[in-house]
Amino acid sequence: MAKYLAKRIFYLILTLFIVITVTFFLMKLLPGTPLTNQAKLSQSQIALIYKQYGLDKPEWQQYLLYLAGAVKGDFGTSFQFSDQPVSYLLSSRIGPSLQIGLQAMVVGVVLGILVGAIGAMRQNTWVDTTTTVVSILGISIPSFVLAVLLQYYLGLKAQLFPIAEWGGFIYTVLPTLALGATPLAESARFVRTEMVDVLSSDYIELAKAKGLSRMGVIYHHALRNSLIPLITIVGPLAVNIMTGSMVVENIFSIPGIGEQFVKSVLTNDYPTIMGLTIIYSFMLCVVLLFTDILYGIVDPRIRLTGKAN
Amino acid sequence: MADTVKLPADSFKPITADDRAALDSEKIAAPSLTFMQDAWRRLKKNKGAWVSLILLGLIFILAFGSAVASPHDPNQVHPEYANLPSKIPGIGINGFNGTLVQAGQRIDAYKQAGATGAHYLMGTDYLGRDLLSRVLYGTRISLIIALVATLFDLTIGVTYGIFSGWKGGRVDTFMQRVIEIILSIPNLVVIVLLILILKPGMLSIIIAIALTSWTNMARLVRAQTLEIKEQEYILAARTLGESSLKIAFKHLLPNLSSVIIINTMFTIPSAIFFEATLSYIGIGISSPQASLGTLLNDGQKNFQFLPYQMWWPALVLCIIMLAFNLLGDGLRDAFDPRTKE
Repeated sequence: MAKYLAKRIFYLILTLFIVITVTFFLMKLLPGTPLTNQAKLSQSQIALIYKQYGLDKPEWQQYLLYLAGAVKGDFGTSFQFSDQPVSYLLSSRIGPSLQIGLQAMVVGVVLGILVGAIGAMRQNTWVDTTTTVVSILGISIPSFVLAVLLQYYLGLKAQLFPIAEWGGFIYTVLPTLALGATPLAESARFVRTEMVDVLSSDYIELAKAKGLSRMGVIYHHALRNSLIPLITIVGPLAVNIMTGSMVVENIFSIPGIGEQFVKSVLTNDYPTIMGLTIIYSFMLCVVLLFTDILYGIVDPRIRLTGKAN
Repeated sequence: MADTVKLPADSFKPITADDRAALDSEKIAAPSLTFMQDAWRRLKKNKGAWVSLILLGLIFILAFGSAVASPHDPNQVHPEYANLPSKIPGIGINGFNGTLVQAGQRIDAYKQAGATGAHYLMGTDYLGRDLLSRVLYGTRISLIIALVATLFDLTIGVTYGIFSGWKGGRVDTFMQRVIEIILSIPNLVVIVLLILILKPGMLSIIIAIALTSWTNMARLVRAQTLEIKEQEYILAARTLGESSLKIAFKHLLPNLSSVIIINTMFTIPSAIFFEATLSYIGIGISSPQASLGTLLNDGQKNFQFLPYQMWWPALVLCIIMLAFNLLGDGLRDAFDPRTKE
């Protein structure tokens, strides 16, 4: 286990290193400097500003400095907001994004398990059909369409929730619903298929023959074994939520990193983009590592040899 | 009971050689079907998948046909006909008859704009451009993205997977590590880096898809290849001196076809969703080109007053996504009957 963990963490660091390196040199390839439009500056002023941002050093030195800074969580200074360190900009924005992302993941997956399990238990009845329709719709309707519809009908028309802004818990409800629809649908589909499979296996027959109650069979045997493979889709779902959050945060004006990412891309704020790129990759790597470890813990059949499949 | 039945002797007769041949119990009455024919037969039984297939065919024809004969030019601006709601001749239902609610009253927008003779099936946008033509144009972009994603899935993904699985050993381990690294970089990060270098547009989206979309396919194909390469017929082919390339094409590919087809069907909706999301937030396809994402973004701004401007593109996007998902489900059940009870 320790050996496996060490190996995985090594790959995590390797991945992040590759991301940082590629991002850094891609950014260097780009034409223009933060001072392109300021023609009025004198040579000495430009030199001073270059020095302030560390742009006067050779590129390999800049790279090493950036790498050293990134390890400590320092991603340089934003071009867009002068004198604002990227790390400060992002640390004040990551909270809302994490909250909404985690809420969407938890709400989506828990409800998804419920919907999927109910569908499997009432297999081939109208209940099953309804849950299947719900899950296929959830996958097919993009989160941003859902977000706008929720905002309009539940926010503006029904006045149940605030339509935008960031305040207390009530402000997170609509974004969570919009983002959570895909995890809900995906996990419902997954759990249903798994559970239908599990329900027809011999140990379920045995549990029934022993005289366990229906709920006992479902809870202790069927559900638990159906949930294990669900862990594997958490990684892809996290990617989905990250992509979705860029749009959903924009629609609901949430001061999160997704909204900042879009803004930075539109304003060519390179240091912020680089910082966000690294943060997104880091978050995904951690999720993947976590799910892999969890998979090994809950299912002893899988030996952590580090081999895929 | 049996003794009450009296059968006359002439109701029996000795069987001839012809009769004997016809009664052969070894003979298989149903026509023999190949794997593909069998899957096709099962697919046709699945109503959802069948309807989706027809619908997608129709959408394909309409979207690509509109390149040749579009109802209107998707970029032709008619400021005087701006924001006309949809009007379908012969349908009197509010919402489809060219009327809209303005200041609490339902008025005929076409009469107001002096366009009594004209009718736009999906209405017009804020510049008076025909929404139907723009939706068709956007659909074409979505479908091109779908085709591109499929292409890379089939070329890079399948080749990578087969090669990795077939070679095994160190090569396989290395190739799998590469995939794991690609998988742990969110695809939105890849696209954003490309956009910064190349400029937003079709090309950067296509390259981003080329770089990221094939990994899932490669993994599945590799897993399946590992299984297949242990089979006796592969051993036989090797013993007979068949080259690896020929084995890959003649033996591996046909046996991988179901995995490949099913997975393609699940890559497509995610690629379409990816493009729509990027265009929606303004870093994908940019105007005056239309994509379903940009149309949704434009429509969303006026959703409160001109809801049709968002409903139409949303509807089309959802139908495309739904159809691909249902078809994917149907194909999975058709190729692998075990998944369906």
